[in-house]
Amino acid sequence: MMNRLHIGMALVCGLSWAASLHAQDSTAQVTTTLAASCAACHGPQGNSLGGTPTLAALNKDYFIQRMQGFKNGSIPATVMHQHARGLTDDEIIALAAYFAAQPRQTPLTAPHQAFQGAQ
Amino acid sequence: MTNNTSASAAETFSRRQFVRSVMYGGLAFYGMPAFARASRPPLGHVVVIGAGFAGLTAAKYLREWSLGNLRVTIVEPNPQFISCPQSNLVLGGSRTMDELSFSYALSRKQHDLQWIQDTVTTIDPVNKQVTLARGSLHYDRLILAPGVDFDYSRIPGMTSPVTEIPHAWKAGKQTLLLRQQLESMPDGGVFAMTIPQGAYRCPPGPYERACQVAHYFQQHKPRSKVIILDANADITSKKGLFLQSFQGAYKDIIEYHNNSEIIQLETGSKTVRTDFETVQADVLNVIPPQLAGKVAQNAGLANVDQRWCEVDFVTYASSAHSEVHIIGDSISAGLPKSAHMATSQAKICAAAIIDIQAGMPPNPLPVFANTCYSFVDDKQAMHVANVYRYDPAKKSMVSAEGGGVSTHASSQEGDYAQAWAQNIWADTLT
Repeated sequence: MMNRLHIGMALVCGLSWAASLHAQDSTAQVTTTLAASCAACHGPQGNSLGGTPTLAALNKDYFIQRMQGFKNGSIPATVMHQHARGLTDDEIIALAAYFAAQPRQTPLTAPHQAFQGAQ
Repeated sequence: MTNNTSASAAETFSRRQFVRSVMYGGLAFYGMPAFARASRPPLGHVVVIGAGFAGLTAAKYLREWSLGNLRVTIVEPNPQFISCPQSNLVLGGSRTMDELSFSYALSRKQHDLQWIQDTVTTIDPVNKQVTLARGSLHYDRLILAPGVDFDYSRIPGMTSPVTEIPHAWKAGKQTLLLRQQLESMPDGGVFAMTIPQGAYRCPPGPYERACQVAHYFQQHKPRSKVIILDANADITSKKGLFLQSFQGAYKDIIEYHNNSEIIQLETGSKTVRTDFETVQADVLNVIPPQLAGKVAQNAGLANVDQRWCEVDFVTYASSAHSEVHIIGDSISAGLPKSAHMATSQAKICAAAIIDIQAGMPPNPLPVFANTCYSFVDDKQAMHVANVYRYDPAKKSMVSAEGGGVSTHASSQEGDYAQAWAQNIWADTLT
């Protein structure tokens, strides 16, 4: 939907093909931005530091199957059903493609440091 | 870096590069994957004030998603990052401040952030200029992420901070002071906590704190009491879940009193009078009424009840100045002031600024998630989880269908809560 909206806007405005190319980038960025919201629990670009599943390089169909299962209640969950139900089917498909395309890697750990006494 | 001449020189160079790239670089984009567009022209200079969860996340993603074509300078007075999430566990005894303290060095290096450890004195939105204690900066876009400030003027009897009565609502020295007071308190003593009316950082935080202190008392001082004096009409977050603890594991320790606004506070004797009672505490924790961080107030951006900042939820631009963006706890929103929320807003704001600087419209319908855990003891936690979508008619972020809370606190969710912390720290600080 975003794709059509952006390209539509670009065409209406009479912008060049370069702008509509950016529009496609923008559509990808919309999914990238949405996926980034998952990082709090699933790590940067879906590479979890442990305790939650790594989503990077996860099979796209498996991602969709799990998320749809959380959404319709056929797969029991503690948290994920509440997120899956808030997402549209298109968003779940876009997120599946995004995470499937992310390289699986060992994420960096936040650098601990002795407390220096502020605040 | 902090002086005008070099900043202007860098910007002139950026503009020249920008023009050249537009003239010659356009065709080079064709057929290249979006991520490989390293020839993308420089998109200007963003100054970020505040390197908490919101500011640091915005800086990281501005650099990452612009493929390095936005210059980002952070201004932060503190030498290190302290996590407010999990700081209640320091009071309960299962976390140390060292475990919640982090270096900024990795983030600076990874994202090539320009870093100024300084405080902001004034912001001039007309000339796009920030004045610091030791210099000044020019920006194309400014992001303010100053967190909350405390309003002591609203506390009758304690109109300025009192050392012996910590707030511990910004993690750090205050957290340790409160922990020390709890350790020094004799068994059979009273810990009283006041919760302010209206919006404050971390809605479930006070109730989590009550549980953590009660957990500590249960282990070490079982005859002691926790008295919650809540100015609100009811528990403001995860009510049913906290009641399970207040009326269950901690029924002999925690007393919850609603509608208990402070009428008068006697700092010497740590006595709080409300409409209903007078409570004399051995350890008193006053969580002060809150408002947007000082930087935002001083710049005239706290334009909602003179407390919080009104922003556009598509770009996080201030309604007072469109080139000043505000994210995190300072904004006026029907959204909880949480760390995950701050990072989610930061990412929307970063993507929007990149679009705007590239001359393109930002995503008109942003969507993001929030997951927030609270610990009831050293192992068990519970959550609230929601997806939020922008509603153009309401001009606000609205909770999507299907969100909700845990059925009960559990060790499994305690493990998830620890995973949440590790992952959000890594996302923010690497």
